[in-house]
Amino acid sequence: MEKRELICIGCPLGCPVTVTMDAGEVVKVEGNTCKRGDDYARKEVTNPTRIVTSTVMVEGGRDVTVSVKTRSDIPKGKIFECVKSLKGVTVQAPVRIGDVIVENSAGTGVDIIATSNVEAK
Amino acid sequence: MKAYDIVIIGGGPAGLAAAVAARKSGVDSILILERDKELGGILNQCIHNGFGLHTFKEELTGPEYAARFIDQVKELQIEYKLHTMVMDISHDKVVTAMNREEGMFTIQAKAVILAMGCRERSRGALNIPGYRPAGIYSAGTAQRLVNREGFMPGREVVILGSGDIGLIMARRMTFEGAKVKVVAELMPYSGGLKRNIVQCLDDYDIPLKLSHTVVEIRGKERLTGITIAEVDSKGKPIPGTEEDYDCDTLLLSVGLIPENELSRGAGVEMSPITSGPVVNESLETNIEGVFACGNVLHVHDLVDFVSEEAGAAGKNAALYVQGLRTEAAGKEIRLNPIEGVRYTVPSTIRPDQMDDKLTVRFRVGGVYKNCYISVYFDDERVLHRKRPVVAPGEMEEIKLEKAKLLSYPDLKTITVKIEEA
Repeated sequence: MEKRELICIGCPLGCPVTVTMDAGEVVKVEGNTCKRGDDYARKEVTNPTRIVTSTVMVEGGRDVTVSVKTRSDIPKGKIFECVKSLKGVTVQAPVRIGDVIVENSAGTGVDIIATSNVEAK
Repeated sequence: MKAYDIVIIGGGPAGLAAAVAARKSGVDSILILERDKELGGILNQCIHNGFGLHTFKEELTGPEYAARFIDQVKELQIEYKLHTMVMDISHDKVVTAMNREEGMFTIQAKAVILAMGCRERSRGALNIPGYRPAGIYSAGTAQRLVNREGFMPGREVVILGSGDIGLIMARRMTFEGAKVKVVAELMPYSGGLKRNIVQCLDDYDIPLKLSHTVVEIRGKERLTGITIAEVDSKGKPIPGTEEDYDCDTLLLSVGLIPENELSRGAGVEMSPITSGPVVNESLETNIEGVFACGNVLHVHDLVDFVSEEAGAAGKNAALYVQGLRTEAAGKEIRLNPIEGVRYTVPSTIRPDQMDDKLTVRFRVGGVYKNCYISVYFDDERVLHRKRPVVAPGEMEEIKLEKAKLLSYPDLKTITVKIEEA
């Protein structure tokens, strides 16, 4: 049996979580205070994922940048490829929250969407 | 002079939530005064996720969280003025403000809600020796430059202080191609949330050096390097532990200070611990009808709790202007933070004025493991809650019930303290 100590990143409470593993299988999750913690711990020891946030440039808007995120979490190993897919991307104002900025980022099947509104100038 | 029932100073998360709650409590005449070009405050540059789990039961980025409240303010047709700087608040609640269209003007408010937020502690407050070259920024300034203005402040970065904004910026700068070499923290523990250490430093192998500080800054025009050293238990650098780093950028994430010039000017009584107003259970200051909430009251970790607190301030301000508050019977219970508990918000409670349940928030002064948060009604212990770990970087809370307080008619002092096992 192997034990792994994690800090849950599901929310800012940051619960200390202990995962007990046996031959690569999760046997037990302890220390979490909600279901998110259980989900996070199981994923973190098998296939860790993150939501990625960044910005891209905007043309013709009241702001010069618009904030973006992956619609859902992507594998940790894909983070830098995902960030790279945003380099040089420029969008035209107006931009609304939820607009797709990059489809299927880094082959993850996950779109990158806008997280702020930018009105046209 | 214009008149409003409630004037809210600041259109960030606290001001927005206070406004929404006051309107929903039946007050029509509300005005938000915001100095920036848009509502939402600092959330607009906090593009990372992790906001809103408590309030909206989903994980949002800062701008998305702000947009939810801005939409409500607009739907509820709450008035607001942008680009408007409040210059003064008088003891009798006359607000003096200024903007380009109207020049200087005054507003008579029945109630004022202070929601000005906080600002970052600057290099000047740290007494770091050395030159003053370009390339030294507060973490929040760098955040604004990268996220809102689209500029990178530099390529090789050292961060002093492990506050949340610094940790978030370590990851953000890494995404934008910078090399973040080290985060140095003076204290033996991090000032930020554990989750941010995990997902902003550990994920990218950025070292965090606790009990370290910057002892030298090099470079005349532009920063060229810094030296950090380990510090002893009194915070003094230990000779022989110096390490040099070449860098063009130093970010400071060394604490936030509530922005209370206006409060002081109005004669609001201040707490030397929080640098925010002293408030009662209604989040009302020593001036009747002047309320405070959010980071101007005490610096929070989570915007969700700012919204909750601000909602209470908005509701209480509404009850005040509507004349719906029960007449205070005069009895006031004092909260007494001792032994590891640095402060509580609120500082006093009038049981007849409190809601059925009241959240008391506080911070501890050090890291305590396997300890208990204890609450005493005078000499009787009424709460003894085990906590595996408490730390200064994470705000704690307890809930008090009105019915229980009323069942102790002679209660004078509620003591909150940390008891070690």
